[in-house]
Amino acid sequence: MKMTIKRSILVAAVALGFAAPAFAAGPAIEYQAQNWSFNGPFGTFDRGELQRGYQVYKEVCAACHSMKYVAFRNLRDIGFTEAEVKALAATFQVVDGPDDSGEMFERPALPSDKFPSPFPNEKAARSANGGAYPVDLSLVAKARVGGPDYLYALLTGYKEPPADFTVGEGLHYNEAFPGHQIAMPQPLNADQVTYADGKPATVEQMARDVSAFLMWAAEPKLEDRKRMGLKVMIFLIIMTGLFFAAKKRIWRDVH
Amino acid sequence: MADNTSGFYSNPLVKWIEYRLPVFSAIDHMVGTQYPAPKNLNYWWNFGSLAGLCLVIQIVTGIVLVMHYTPHTSLAFDSVEHIMRDVNYGWLLRYMHANGASMFFIAVYIHIFRGLYYGSYKQPREILWFLGLIIFLLMMATAFMGYVLPWGQMSFWGATVITNLFSALPLVGEPIVTWLWGGFSVDNPTLNRFFSLHYLLPFVIVGIVILHILALHQHGSNNPLGIDTKGPQDKIPFHPYYTIKDLFGIGVFLIFFSFFLFYAPNFLGHPDNYIPADPLVTPEHIVPEWYFLPFYAILRSVPDKLGGVLLMFGAILILFLLPWLDTSKVRSAKFRPIYKQLFWVFVLACVGLTYAGGQPPEGLALIIGRVCTVYYFVHILVLMPLVGWFEKPHKLPASISEAVLKGDAAPGAAGSKA
Repeated sequence: MKMTIKRSILVAAVALGFAAPAFAAGPAIEYQAQNWSFNGPFGTFDRGELQRGYQVYKEVCAACHSMKYVAFRNLRDIGFTEAEVKALAATFQVVDGPDDSGEMFERPALPSDKFPSPFPNEKAARSANGGAYPVDLSLVAKARVGGPDYLYALLTGYKEPPADFTVGEGLHYNEAFPGHQIAMPQPLNADQVTYADGKPATVEQMARDVSAFLMWAAEPKLEDRKRMGLKVMIFLIIMTGLFFAAKKRIWRDVH
Repeated sequence: MADNTSGFYSNPLVKWIEYRLPVFSAIDHMVGTQYPAPKNLNYWWNFGSLAGLCLVIQIVTGIVLVMHYTPHTSLAFDSVEHIMRDVNYGWLLRYMHANGASMFFIAVYIHIFRGLYYGSYKQPREILWFLGLIIFLLMMATAFMGYVLPWGQMSFWGATVITNLFSALPLVGEPIVTWLWGGFSVDNPTLNRFFSLHYLLPFVIVGIVILHILALHQHGSNNPLGIDTKGPQDKIPFHPYYTIKDLFGIGVFLIFFSFFLFYAPNFLGHPDNYIPADPLVTPEHIVPEWYFLPFYAILRSVPDKLGGVLLMFGAILILFLLPWLDTSKVRSAKFRPIYKQLFWVFVLACVGLTYAGGQPPEGLALIIGRVCTVYYFVHILVLMPLVGWFEKPHKLPASISEAVLKGDAAPGAAGSKA
């Protein structure tokens, strides 16, 4: 009986102790968990999905949102060839300098350049967006409770507001956004992009692709991490088993 | 003397060195064949070596991280992302360091609760206990300052909230806060000094750990029975018995660590810390890392700021008085029928505080926080002295070997199976 009390306290301790950080995030809206290819210990990114997601980012999101921690060269990780990355980068202009006469100049981007930002600074971004600041998207998939599930819910969450809900001036109703009023107008509309692989560009498809792409942008080493994790786990389990056997053997005669 | 110890070894090189520098006999006396340990230590005794391992992991990963990190408000966040994206295995180093801090606290909290259950703080191990508490305090300071370094939103606002606590002190409060900040808000000077101290304090911890081990070796480990070792039949040499047992424990612990490191590296962190620090935007809920939540709950359970601050620091400082507040002569809770129950209530109170600390201070969470805060102090200040006086402990076994031969000596005992 005492053991059960103690057990249940221990279980509660572990459960609550580890749940605490999750609770710490505050009362959040429930997001439906999506079945991402990168979920689970063996999860990997779907290259096709990421490339479509990059296309959505480039053609839609990048009009307002920067992604300043990601470089063109990183796109090789999602399946672009070196030549493709080079050609892609060259379609962007970046500011470099100063040159020998002290002037800044524009040049085509190189694979080593980070994605250029749509606005020179936060003030310019706010001024062009009615006072709202389109956040940098490099880390957004890790910087929001719910991660890519939340992003998907947000991008597909634009609905008519309930009858008793007043939406503020310049704001838009969104089911998933905390407070349900978001400055960003609905970014994705059906057939907004034309996918090279022929996938129909529904809002759900684009939201899914770009959310996965944003997860990759935030955690580009996810596959390396899980791959190494598997090796380390196998090693540790064997090593620990050997230690346990050795311990048993060494302790055989004690008592 | 040197002659004697060198005669102990057969390898000529070892002999040659030992004759000049008695390093092998020193190790042997520290964690080797020449250090006798009680033979009945259970697996709760593994957490000391695990905490030591965590300290080493933190120092090694930290030193490498510093090679790539830039302590400046305009570059710190970027440099962390540089580590995560461009430095070879930088993601591994940073996740090891961030999750390693949590693992360190898990190991140390279990280590402390083990000490509480088996009365390891009692005569003659009071100074050993004090040194442990000093390590705990230094760890908290180090972890707090380390969390500021990535300069995310929680870094910045956590630093602001915690340093502001000192402003509650009358008269000296405001000047102290300005002095801590190196200015009039949390800014670059704050980040720089936190970085400097975050690098320094772990080495101070190493120094105190050495003293902690020195104090431990004076009287040897306590044990699950809480009775002194009576003779050689009660003891076994540390090596190979406890070295292999510790290695096995390390293996299990590393599997646990790796689960977080490789499969849920951000689970114990807060998403807001992936947003760069912005002094103009306050996060909706400012919460510290999970290992500070019990103390954060105590702080917030008091409506008065100064009262909360004093109670929070008091919660740790009263632990220094335990050797005297616990009036029982019996060390191990195994033989203390009432204290044993209260111990688990105390654990539950600490869990309740952890929960309450992570919630906004309102409604049920606030009530839980307050009830648990009251119990925390009542347990230590009132129940421990009283129970020590009134409780009738079970009969202690005559010696460790007697108890071991008879199997578990007390009813409901929590192991000494080792």
